Amino acid sequence: MSQTTAPIDFRANAQRIPPKMAASVQKATAKFLGNRAALVEALGNDLWQTLRQAGHDLRLHAITHLDHYLEQAERAVTAAGGHVHWAPDAAEANRIVLTIARRHGVKKVVKSKSMATEETGLNHAMEAEGIQVIETDLGEYIVQLLGVGPAHIVVPAFHLSKEEIADLFREKLGVVADAEAERLTQVARVKLREEFLTAGLGISGGNFLIAETGTVVTVTNEGNGRMCTTIPPVHVAIVGIDKVVPDWESLTVLLKLLARSATGQKITCYTSFISGPPRSPSETGPREFHLVLLDNGRSRILGSPETRETLLCIRCGACLNICPVFNTVGGYTYGYPISGPTGMLFASQILGMQAAGGLPFASTLCGACNDICPVKIPITDILLHLRHRVVEGDEQEGAVAPAILRAGAKAGSVALRTPWLYRLGSTMLKWLQAPLARDGWISTLPPPLNRWTMARPFPAFAPDFRGWWRSRGRGRQP
Amino acid sequence: MAIQAQLFITCLAEQFFPGVLQGMVGLLERLGVQVAFPEEQTCCGQPFFNSGYQTEARELARKWLETFGRTHGFIVSPSGSCVDMVCHHYPHLFPPGTPEHRLAEETAARTFELTQFLVRQLKMTDVGARFPHKVTYHASCHLLRGLGVREEPKALLQNVRGLELVPLSTEETCCGFGGTFSVIYPEVSQAMMEAKVQSIEATGAEVVVACDAGCLMNIAGGLRKANSTVKAMHLIDVLTADRGTP
Repeated sequence: MSQTTAPIDFRANAQRIPPKMAASVQKATAKFLGNRAALVEALGNDLWQTLRQAGHDLRLHAITHLDHYLEQAERAVTAAGGHVHWAPDAAEANRIVLTIARRHGVKKVVKSKSMATEETGLNHAMEAEGIQVIETDLGEYIVQLLGVGPAHIVVPAFHLSKEEIADLFREKLGVVADAEAERLTQVARVKLREEFLTAGLGISGGNFLIAETGTVVTVTNEGNGRMCTTIPPVHVAIVGIDKVVPDWESLTVLLKLLARSATGQKITCYTSFISGPPRSPSETGPREFHLVLLDNGRSRILGSPETRETLLCIRCGACLNICPVFNTVGGYTYGYPISGPTGMLFASQILGMQAAGGLPFASTLCGACNDICPVKIPITDILLHLRHRVVEGDEQEGAVAPAILRAGAKAGSVALRTPWLYRLGSTMLKWLQAPLARDGWISTLPPPLNRWTMARPFPAFAPDFRGWWRSRGRGRQP
Repeated sequence: MAIQAQLFITCLAEQFFPGVLQGMVGLLERLGVQVAFPEEQTCCGQPFFNSGYQTEARELARKWLETFGRTHGFIVSPSGSCVDMVCHHYPHLFPPGTPEHRLAEETAARTFELTQFLVRQLKMTDVGARFPHKVTYHASCHLLRGLGVREEPKALLQNVRGLELVPLSTEETCCGFGGTFSVIYPEVSQAMMEAKVQSIEATGAEVVVACDAGCLMNIAGGLRKANSTVKAMHLIDVLTADRGTP
């Protein structure tokens, strides 16, 4: 793959999380899920399922006609006086933004929340060039002060308590404030107001890009997004090519799905539509508008029929909130800005399996993500295919799992599909376990099965059914 | 003619839960079903498929279809995840239009998990069982979300004489088994299992019931490790425990 990244070690990461992480994560996700469930109930499940199907169909239509809609969007943005840039990968996206910043002599950038720029590592790239980058979404602002990335794609600092945030503000900003949401928000608001007014460039992401009018749509709950995209003299929106939707009618369906699934709102506080720079001197706003269309592996995902529905994702975060693994380990364990079930899909395909081949296995395949996904992405089916890519390889990537595993699987499958060998094996296991088994349980097994017995005993083998069935048959027949 | 059921015993149940299988035979026969056991059966291939080894899973699917494809009547199994494998993944292992694909679809159409079979096919929710104990129910993921079986096991439990069914707050949350997940990410699996065990204990139930060997291995092991007095049982054990002791 285009990026070389150190392999993500999900197991090691999971062991490094603070003990209270799971409880903090669950407290937050329970709230989002509760709000979402209430709204879905209010709407009625039938209508919700109809909306989901419509959302799925719209998104699938958009990504299967991506070339058409992207070109349409490009024409519309250009006609409105904006500039469109095509970024094949993360490095190119960052280079484009840096070039714009340099041309305008920008020293300070304000950003509204953008997962695309987390994906490209834009902040680091700009800071390396001496440009100050200020995250202005409250959650992003908090994690930036902490020196880390977002822990959740929708709510970056969702795992932190008000007390922790108050401590952080005291330490980093020198402001003493009560650990109350309103007070803390006020602290950030005062600090950020100054930044908005003095920044030379505003950067945003985009939740959707409407092809017919070239409109970038941002869905937010804080005023910061509008400040970033209206006050600085130049606005750059970085949008993944997967975010394009055909028209405004499509958008109405997707907005209903997104707000409900993400935060349990009917509609977010701000839904902003940005269609290029001012068209007359009487209009205000940034005099320059740039749209950076980020590919970074997306067209490769589109080329894989088994996994392309990854690109339907509208980044609502519902699959994170419902995932029992995410709720146990939190976002950072995934080692990628997009975490949880959808994060495993993106990370493993964007980074490639050498770097992220362990991620598709970080799921119990329980399927809760499939059922909650507002655009009906068959997440576990895609994970199953990605596992196949890791161990056996496919048309996109060769196998990266050690050959010995493949050999072991082959031997195991031969043994399991040869009835006499299967029966011999189960009899042998029954005898072999004799020294280990007590009361029907084995408390310690040799590696790799010690990874099971470290947590709970293993049941003793008791392959006695066939013998019972036969003796029963003999008893009956004369 | 009597209804025929081919026992699809599954490798996990065969290796670890012979009592459940014997109970299933007794239960089905008591309900007037003619039971057969295709002895050539081994494993459906789910562990391979779920680990990405589709080539090997396809070979095991071939073997399974060779064994069950030529039988008649219903194919009935005490495991939701194995039935989910046959019903939802087998057809994808063979290209559409091939005889194997057709056989996979035909065979899948008559394959049922036990509670599906009892409630949806036999239209039966009262099998005449007696089990005077406080019981809670864990919904196995592939049974619940793969096969869409949510109410059937609980309907069967509710009709057991003397049984008090108490709700489990985490009924629909995965227990952390996940097949190879439990050994690839053992610490995460353990944390999920421990959360499940805690929520089971909080119900005050004497017994937790599930319908899948994998979940039962995990939950029963976890309860044992925690020195819990709660017993993990397969639904079949409850439906056939007419002596009334868990």
